[in-house]
Amino acid sequence: MNEFLRRLLFLPDQASTFARDLDQLHYAVILTTFGMSTLVGLTAIVFFIRYRRRSETQTTPHIEVPIWMEALFVTVPLSIFIAWFFIGYREFVRQRTPPSDAMDVYVMAKKWMWKVAYPDGPNAVNVLRVPAGRNVRLLMTSRDVIHSFYVPEFRIKQDVLPGRYTQLWFNATTPGRYQILCAEFCGAGHSIMRGEVIVLKPQEFEDWLAYQHRGVVATQDGQPTSLDFSPPLGTMVDQGKRIAAEQGCLKCHSTDGTRHIGPTWLDLYRRREKLTDGTTVVADEAYLTQSMMDPAVKVVDGFQPVMPSFQGKIAGPEVAALVEYIKSLQSDAVRTGPSEGPAYAPIRGR
Amino acid sequence: MSHDAAGLPEGIVGHHFSSLARQNEAMVLGMWLFLATEILLFAGLFVGYSVYRYQFPLAFAEGSRHLNLTAGTLNTVVLITSSFTVAMAIHFARTDRRIAAAVCLAITILFALAFLGIKAVEYTEHFHEHALPGKFYAFEKVMIPGAAMFYTLYFLMTGLHGLHVIAGMSVLSWILWRTLQGRYSSRYHTGIELGGLYWHLVDLVWIFLYPLLYLI
Amino acid sequence: MRLSEADSHALAGAPAAPSYLEDGTTVMSWINTRDHKRIGVMFLVGVIFFFFVGGVFALLLRFKLLQPGPFFIDAISYNRLFTLHGVVMIFLFLIPSIPAAFGNFVIPLMIGARDVAFPRLNLASFYLYVIGAVIAIWGMVHGGADTGWTFYTPYSSTSPTQVAPILLGAFVLGFSSILTGLNFIVTTHTLRAPGLNWMKLPLFVWGIYATSIIQILATPVLGISLLLVTVERIGGFGLFDPARGGDPVLFQHLFWFYSHPAVYIMVLPAMGVISETVCAFCRKNIFGYRAVAYSSIGIGFVGFFTWGHHLFVAGQSTFVGGAFGLLSMFVGIFTAIKVFNWVGTMYRGAISFKTPFAYICGFLYFLVFGGMTGIALATTSLDIHWHDTYFIVAHFHFIMVGASVMAFLAALHYWFPKMFGRTYPEGWGLVAATLIILGFNATFIPQFLLGNFGMPRRYYQYPEHFQALHVASTAGATLLAFGFLIILIYLAIALKYGERSAPNPWGSKGFEWMTASPPPTHNFDVIPTITQMPHDYRTHEPSGVIRVA
Repeated sequence: MNEFLRRLLFLPDQASTFARDLDQLHYAVILTTFGMSTLVGLTAIVFFIRYRRRSETQTTPHIEVPIWMEALFVTVPLSIFIAWFFIGYREFVRQRTPPSDAMDVYVMAKKWMWKVAYPDGPNAVNVLRVPAGRNVRLLMTSRDVIHSFYVPEFRIKQDVLPGRYTQLWFNATTPGRYQILCAEFCGAGHSIMRGEVIVLKPQEFEDWLAYQHRGVVATQDGQPTSLDFSPPLGTMVDQGKRIAAEQGCLKCHSTDGTRHIGPTWLDLYRRREKLTDGTTVVADEAYLTQSMMDPAVKVVDGFQPVMPSFQGKIAGPEVAALVEYIKSLQSDAVRTGPSEGPAYAPIRGR
Repeated sequence: MSHDAAGLPEGIVGHHFSSLARQNEAMVLGMWLFLATEILLFAGLFVGYSVYRYQFPLAFAEGSRHLNLTAGTLNTVVLITSSFTVAMAIHFARTDRRIAAAVCLAITILFALAFLGIKAVEYTEHFHEHALPGKFYAFEKVMIPGAAMFYTLYFLMTGLHGLHVIAGMSVLSWILWRTLQGRYSSRYHTGIELGGLYWHLVDLVWIFLYPLLYLI
Repeated sequence: MRLSEADSHALAGAPAAPSYLEDGTTVMSWINTRDHKRIGVMFLVGVIFFFFVGGVFALLLRFKLLQPGPFFIDAISYNRLFTLHGVVMIFLFLIPSIPAAFGNFVIPLMIGARDVAFPRLNLASFYLYVIGAVIAIWGMVHGGADTGWTFYTPYSSTSPTQVAPILLGAFVLGFSSILTGLNFIVTTHTLRAPGLNWMKLPLFVWGIYATSIIQILATPVLGISLLLVTVERIGGFGLFDPARGGDPVLFQHLFWFYSHPAVYIMVLPAMGVISETVCAFCRKNIFGYRAVAYSSIGIGFVGFFTWGHHLFVAGQSTFVGGAFGLLSMFVGIFTAIKVFNWVGTMYRGAISFKTPFAYICGFLYFLVFGGMTGIALATTSLDIHWHDTYFIVAHFHFIMVGASVMAFLAALHYWFPKMFGRTYPEGWGLVAATLIILGFNATFIPQFLLGNFGMPRRYYQYPEHFQALHVASTAGATLLAFGFLIILIYLAIALKYGERSAPNPWGSKGFEWMTASPPPTHNFDVIPTITQMPHDYRTHEPSGVIRVA
């Protein structure tokens, strides 16, 4: 039945854990839609045959709808609509809340390509390799205009915005190749801004990853451009360390816990910081990125708003590398207090 | 011709209105609806201001501190006084004191010019300090992120308001001319009232702009 | 039918007053007119012209999409064409179509007034329309924009094409729309004939009234947003530019704050037309007057709180997405209650299957299908897959073409005798209606399937597995084009050579038929006093009583 309806409605293959659940709702909604419009059409036809005009001077009785009937026709469709909404919204919340054990991949969109970077090394253009059966979270940003990351077979889509990060997660079920499409109009090359998700069996993915670590430039996916990290080898953490030194971050931020002009980076990731305006914030990826782009917006209490903006000075992948570097700076001290759920837990220990 | 319009100058009551009272009602309703559209036109900018103020609270506070508070306050006084003179003009028109009404309107127009003059002085100051919007921003005293955004909004909001002051001035000049012609009297004064309403709107918008830009 | 013998004679037979068409025939007597009927006719000519311009753009697009690869035109031209198709169809056709053309013509007639409240403002509104159109055309000739009619920043502030004139054109057209709306609200408040209280107003007037409120409250926000993008392009102010701390999504919020209610600017008048014509052709009172009247206001009101459903995947928070999704459901329910009442009106009526009735049937089917897919989209999670695909394209074409254009055509045929005193050929009317309804389904049902299949919108080239459905859609579009062309031809002929129609050829008891067809310049020799509800077909007594004042 699922397969029949899927083909009837031209839905693409179901290649993620979302696809099947969403399609069930899809069938229910679309079939009801068909049913309702046919019903309205048929009623009109029946009435037309039954009550067609018999003479040019015909008069008709004055009929006004009883209030209970109006009420019925408000409440019945409204309850159906609201039921759909809650079923759909539950699924929406699931899609929008990445699980904490997800593997992170950074995606940077620019006219008209998708650049992909893994926290521990390899990067690629227009090819995203992921293991099957594993939760993957994409942290995405754009270098120029708005793009939108869309994989029809996974039933996922998320706009990719310049100047800030958006995220998206999925769990691919079936190994294979799936097209990435850009769904937000971005100029002349919009329709050819396509990439590919290659879903590998978990072991194949590990092999590929290992090979990438060993590999040289020539064997890596994609061609290195001026935007690529140079040297291309080394993990993102190493790159982040280098960039931090080059950009002068370490002139104000210490990495060993000592207080300097700016807050220390040690244990900064996921730390709860009190801000100058009295509110608190958890220093997650979003906050760290924002602090590089718009440093004066949320200043940690006790520090001066002296940090310059790095908007336009460091590229998307470099921001990602810096964030990964900060994430790696963790002392082994046991954290006190209750754990601050949910989400955004890094994947470490590899 | 309807009974309540007898003896008024030609062309005041449209052929499609049953009475002058009905036409006045239509004109006042039309003006209020137009004022609603004007407020929503500014609403877009107010939304922008709220969003960016929330994003850059420090820059906005700092930017606000570097505006010329004296000039802003003076302008507020000028505009509020001009609202008073326009109200007086309507009062005089209603009581058939045509010359007094015309004088009040002329004073209002002078106040409007004074407002624009003070604004021009402020703009010149910003220009010399390079406190300009967006990519032209190079104001050395406030170099924190978001300051350019503050000046962008400052110029857009005061600029759009300035255009409305000019529009209001033109409307009032037209009404001044009509007053001198003797069109408004105790029996018909809707035209001058509508002009007054528009001027009050221009004033009202400034009363919101002044604290948002200069005080907080 | 509804006029007594004496009244008919007094109204239609009176040779004393020439019709508005004969009252001056010079060009000047048209372009300098204050007569709401002539302004309505000029708007009608304008919107029909731009409908065909937009239609040609659509056909060129569909022709290109026959092939998945580069074909016929290049990518930039394709992007310009879909932008101009959207801009022309929305700002130059749909928004002014029913309110400015038919609303102008019939509203004063329906409420027993001699004109709209501000005739000069009405003419000004027409000239703003012309000026806006000229600016937009100038922009099109000098390169056109390639941003899509949504003008999303930061693309629109950096695009190398001529975006500024198109933005400016849309800005001016917005003000034309505001002035029309303002005029109708004041007219409805102050110029109703004696005895015509709010609960006797024809439902078309209710529809236009609700539309006008939206036009007045939403359009200025569009105006300022477009102006800000223009300033951004010309001055580099950086208000929506992330490199200067701006927020590109802020533009989307401001834009949809207007553009979602604008959907109701396009569809509420259409609903008003259907409320009138369904009564006239079923010869029956509306099933639930209050429900239809209040639901127009309800749609106008709730329509202001649903804009966020365009931003489910744009990066707004999950909670905000949910709130907007839930609110969108309520717009759906107001539409559902209208559909129920229209179908109910047919019950025990005396239905005559004329061309307008064919369009009513088409309208009902398309509105229900298009509306229900809208509900489906508002369930948030389904939207993730459908967002920015052909499913959305098909959904809004079902509402804008399927519902609004069907109603426009119903109105055109229903009021054609009223406006020009001629009859159109019924046989050709039904042929064209059949072609259009079939062609419409053939064009847009494949697009629903394309959307399901994962075809994003605004694609110049597309993966090959989408081709079959694209070919089907293009074939349907050809049928649709033929249908529209037939209408244009037979109406043009009928205008000159059509049979003279009776003053009230449909035997309608809508109030606009209280006067001659075509009406004299001053509409009524004597303002009627209204004693009945509109469309009361219990007797043959007239709805309005002519009293000597």
